[in-house]
Amino acid sequence: MNAIGGRPSPAGGNNASGFLSRYAELRDSLPGDVCVRDVAAAQLEREGLPRREVEAWKYTNLRPLWDTSFAGGSAVQEADAGPVLDALLSTLGDENAASARLVFLNGLLSDGLSRLPGSVTIRRTVPQPLPAGLHPMLALNQMLSADGVAIEVPAGLDGGRLLVIGLGSAEHAPADWHARVSIALGAGASLSVLQIDQGTGCYLSNAAITVSVAEGASLRHARLQRDAASAMSFALVHAQIAERGSYDVFNLALGATLARFEVHARLVGAQAAVHVNGAQLLDGEQVADLTSVISHDAPNCNSRQTVKNVLQGRARGVFQGKIVVARPAQKTDGYQMNQALLLSEQAEIDAKPELEIYADDVKCSHGATVGALDEEQLFYLRSRGVPVPEARAMLVQAFLLDAIELVQDEPFRQVLDDAIATWWAGRAA
Amino acid sequence: MSQFLSISGLRATIDDQGSPKEILRGVDLEIPAGEVHAIMGPNGSGKSTLSYVLSGREDYEVTGGEVSFEGRDLLAMEPEERAAAGVFLAFQAPVELPGVNNANFLRTAVNAVRRARNEPELDAVQFLKAARAEAKRLSMDAEMLKRNVNVGFSGGEKKRNEVLQMALLQPRFAILDETDSGLDIDALRVVAEGVKALRSPSFSALVITHHQRLLDYLVPDRVHVMARGRILKSGGPELAHQLEAQGYAGFLAEAA
Repeated sequence: MNAIGGRPSPAGGNNASGFLSRYAELRDSLPGDVCVRDVAAAQLEREGLPRREVEAWKYTNLRPLWDTSFAGGSAVQEADAGPVLDALLSTLGDENAASARLVFLNGLLSDGLSRLPGSVTIRRTVPQPLPAGLHPMLALNQMLSADGVAIEVPAGLDGGRLLVIGLGSAEHAPADWHARVSIALGAGASLSVLQIDQGTGCYLSNAAITVSVAEGASLRHARLQRDAASAMSFALVHAQIAERGSYDVFNLALGATLARFEVHARLVGAQAAVHVNGAQLLDGEQVADLTSVISHDAPNCNSRQTVKNVLQGRARGVFQGKIVVARPAQKTDGYQMNQALLLSEQAEIDAKPELEIYADDVKCSHGATVGALDEEQLFYLRSRGVPVPEARAMLVQAFLLDAIELVQDEPFRQVLDDAIATWWAGRAA
Repeated sequence: MSQFLSISGLRATIDDQGSPKEILRGVDLEIPAGEVHAIMGPNGSGKSTLSYVLSGREDYEVTGGEVSFEGRDLLAMEPEERAAAGVFLAFQAPVELPGVNNANFLRTAVNAVRRARNEPELDAVQFLKAARAEAKRLSMDAEMLKRNVNVGFSGGEKKRNEVLQMALLQPRFAILDETDSGLDIDALRVVAEGVKALRSPSFSALVITHHQRLLDYLVPDRVHVMARGRILKSGGPELAHQLEAQGYAGFLAEAA
């Protein structure tokens, strides 16, 4: 009827209008170069947020983003967040709890709760100019981002271990924040980061992370996404890895109603390596998506991906993995494996591997498996006296093992192990 | 007075492409406490099905009969309850559990059973000590405890691992489903020793086998011949020798 009347229907309007009108209000008070924000706003004005017709968003529907009216991030008092942080730290083990940390409260860096590392440079940053044709979530981040940090490890230095903790709190109205983190490692430097996101209430956390790994440097990045049950959790990583450098990331998705962890990694120097691994444990109506685009631009690089999904209830897991091998990237070694364990009839996995190869001497493989728990294995355990919940937990843990053991930082891996055990305890109860 | 294990008129079917196929056709068997019984019979006679039905595997549907174990209705119990009550099945084809550490698996099983029996659980140190001692007694390399359950184990190692589980779980009634098949003479002796070590007035075993050799070591109290889903004949240890000499054909003809 609207079409006949010539009036635009709500569905035909700009689905980013809520965010855009907030930007119009805040434009002059946000920190940093307003031109950079305007570029992002102009793109969102033009294109809106992607709908499911857009191939990259076919399996993950962003509709809740425009169906919810977000009110920005309300300030959280450090006094209120302190006990939450302490409770979290107490579950991480002494070694982790004593590590340096950056703490974000609703997307804003908390000076009082953070504990800065000695050897690593931490700078407050605001959106930096990024190339035109932004990823839509990055455009949203760039337009509204209120705070961010740049973490820099000087050449030749071991930056040790660093926690990056995001605590969210949106008790009264849906809130949103768009934090920005940039991690740069100088030549031969190293750093191990554990990122933990959690919160309460309904919020959109839309982080943008840029990673730059110089020659021979090595970044380990583990992420525990334990966002609130009604949260929408997005994290987008753009990584560039130079010669002999390595970036190793693991994303454990447990929380949020809608989540996407997306990595765009570019191997720009010979013998560089990138590992994008993860596990998604979902229940109820949860949707979690791990999307990666790995570009091999230089010869003799290797990329590895092992992603596991454990799906209960009506949960849906999504894996999209694309490997692009440019013509100069001879002797590329690319591997991708996505596996799903469906624990209920209604659970669903959508997997889309893609290879795009322009070089002629490469080794690229990908695989996917989908299955239920093995009845014979279950019976074997039960026949030894192990009750069903415990037997299922053992088999699920075994299923996850070859992904989890790829997390090289042992104390951080322990945190992920514990989180998985807690997740299971919650199911069995 | 309630018997130790009493099977009467047991019938069971398995789903065969949508229609039930009857495998057990009225099995009657009494095993008193403290006795070792053997079941022999040609392939397809229902021996393994009997062992699975007794341990509670769900692929089989019990369509008739009763099984009582120490006065309890065994068929009404979940597989893990049967294990806690003291029933143990040594699998003919032990299942591989990739990603599950053998020591963890054994400790989880032992402690689950101890919990169900209201006994204190073993901590990691206590358990490892016990497991290493048993492994040694069974001439098993302690390295096997560190590997994934049955993954990459040879046939003999898998069977020894079953006997190790039996030794640690201390069942009151053990079913050994062709635990001797594919074993060399040394491994065979180990299996036999494993059963002998448990022999007591309150322990019984049902040994399913094709070979006389294991029975030479174990010396069963009774031997039963099973064919076409029923026990056709029972007797003393001499029956096994008779079978070894004459084969099953005579018995089958006699029963037909």
